[in-house]
Amino acid sequence: MSASEPKSVAPIERRVDAVHAVLAGHGAIRDELVVEATRVAEEQWVPENGARIVARAWTDPAFRARLLANGKAGAAELGFELPRHHRHLVFLEDTTEVHNVICCTLCSCTAFTIIGLPPDWYKDLDYRARVVRESRTVLKEMGLDLPPEVEIRVWDTTADTRYVVLPLRPAGTEGWSEERLASLVTKDSMIGVARIASPAAASA
Amino acid sequence: MDGIHDLGGRQGFDRIRHTPNASPFHADWEKRANALYGLAVRAGILNMDEYRHAIERMSPRHYLSASYYERSLTGLATLLVEKGLVTRDELERLAGGAFPLAAPSAPGRTNAVDAPRFRVGDRVVVRNEHFAGHIRMPAYIRAKRGVVVGESPPYPFPDAHAHGVAADDEPTYDVRFATSELWPNAADDAFVHVGVFRSYLLPAP
Repeated sequence: MSASEPKSVAPIERRVDAVHAVLAGHGAIRDELVVEATRVAEEQWVPENGARIVARAWTDPAFRARLLANGKAGAAELGFELPRHHRHLVFLEDTTEVHNVICCTLCSCTAFTIIGLPPDWYKDLDYRARVVRESRTVLKEMGLDLPPEVEIRVWDTTADTRYVVLPLRPAGTEGWSEERLASLVTKDSMIGVARIASPAAASA
Repeated sequence: MDGIHDLGGRQGFDRIRHTPNASPFHADWEKRANALYGLAVRAGILNMDEYRHAIERMSPRHYLSASYYERSLTGLATLLVEKGLVTRDELERLAGGAFPLAAPSAPGRTNAVDAPRFRVGDRVVVRNEHFAGHIRMPAYIRAKRGVVVGESPPYPFPDAHAHGVAADDEPTYDVRFATSELWPNAADDAFVHVGVFRSYLLPAP
C-alpha cells in the first residue's frame, strides 16, 4: 500500500483491541479489571436499585421527604453510591398535575448506578434532538398520552448533577409490600417516558 | 463549540426507536469499550470533560454514523494519542487499519470574572457567547431567559477542565425555561430545565 492510498478503517473490534493494548501497556488496566468493570456494569448498575428507592419513597413519607431534599443521601440510606463525579442527585416528583422526563441532549448522561446504563433509544440522536422541543409528541409516540392539563417538565442533564424521576404510585397497590411495589418500577418510568400502570387495570 | 453533538431542538429527526427492556450492550466489544473508558478515567489518564469534548470533536460525518460505543472509543483513543500514550501510527498498526480520531481542540478558558451568585427564584439570562472549546451550554438556551429552581454543589468548570486550564470549581444552577421562550410558537408547551454553570449566566435585566 502506498503512503498516499487511504487505508480502510479497521473493524471496531480491532480498534477496541488496539486501545486495550495501549492501556495495558501503560499498566493502566489489567484484564481482570476489564472483566470486573463489565460485571459491575451488568450486575450492579441495574434499575432494580432505583426501583427499591422509589418503593421506599412510596411507603415511607419521612424517607420520601429526605430523598426529595437530598437524593444522594437518600440513595445512600439504602446502600447505593454514585460515581465520584456525580456530586448531586435529584429525584423529580411526579404528581397528578406534573410529569417529569429526563434526557441528555449533549451526550447521554444518566444516574446509571441507580437506573442502569441508558437504553439505546435514550442515546439515539432522535431522542436527544426531539424530547426538549416536542416532549408531548415524543411521549405520545412512545405510548404515554398525557392529559393536556398535565404540565411537562423536561430535565436536560448538562452538568454532573443527575436526575431520576420519582413516578406516581399506581392505584390498586394499597397495602402492598415494598418488595412487591419495587417489582412494578421500570427504567422507562424512572426516565419518565412511561407511567406505571395500575396492576388492576393491567390484569383487567 | 457549536458542534454536531449539540442536538437539542434540531428538527427533522425520526421517531424514537423504543425498545423496552433491551440490554444496554449488544456485543462483546461494546462491553470492553465501556470498561476501558471507565478504567482510563479511574486511572487518572483523562477526566470526564476531556472525554466528552474529544467525542464532540469527531467529524460530524463520523459522529452521526457511529454508534454510542464507537463514539466513546473514538474519544478515548483520541485522548490517548493527544496525551502521548501512543502515536497514531502505532495505534493504527495495532488495529491493523485506519483509526479515525477526533479533530484537534480549540483553547480552553477559565471562569468568567464577573459571574454573580444566584438564589432559587432569581431570573437569569444565558450569556450570548460563542466559545469554540468545550462548553456545557446547549445552543438552544443561548441568550434565553429563565428562572433558577435549584443549585448544585460546585463542579470542575468544563470549559477549563477539558483543556487543562486552571479554574475554580463552580456551582451549577437548574434553570427552568419555558419552551415558548426557547422556540416561540414552534414547540410543544412545556418547561425545560438545564443545569447551567455559573459562568454562563447573568441576572436578567
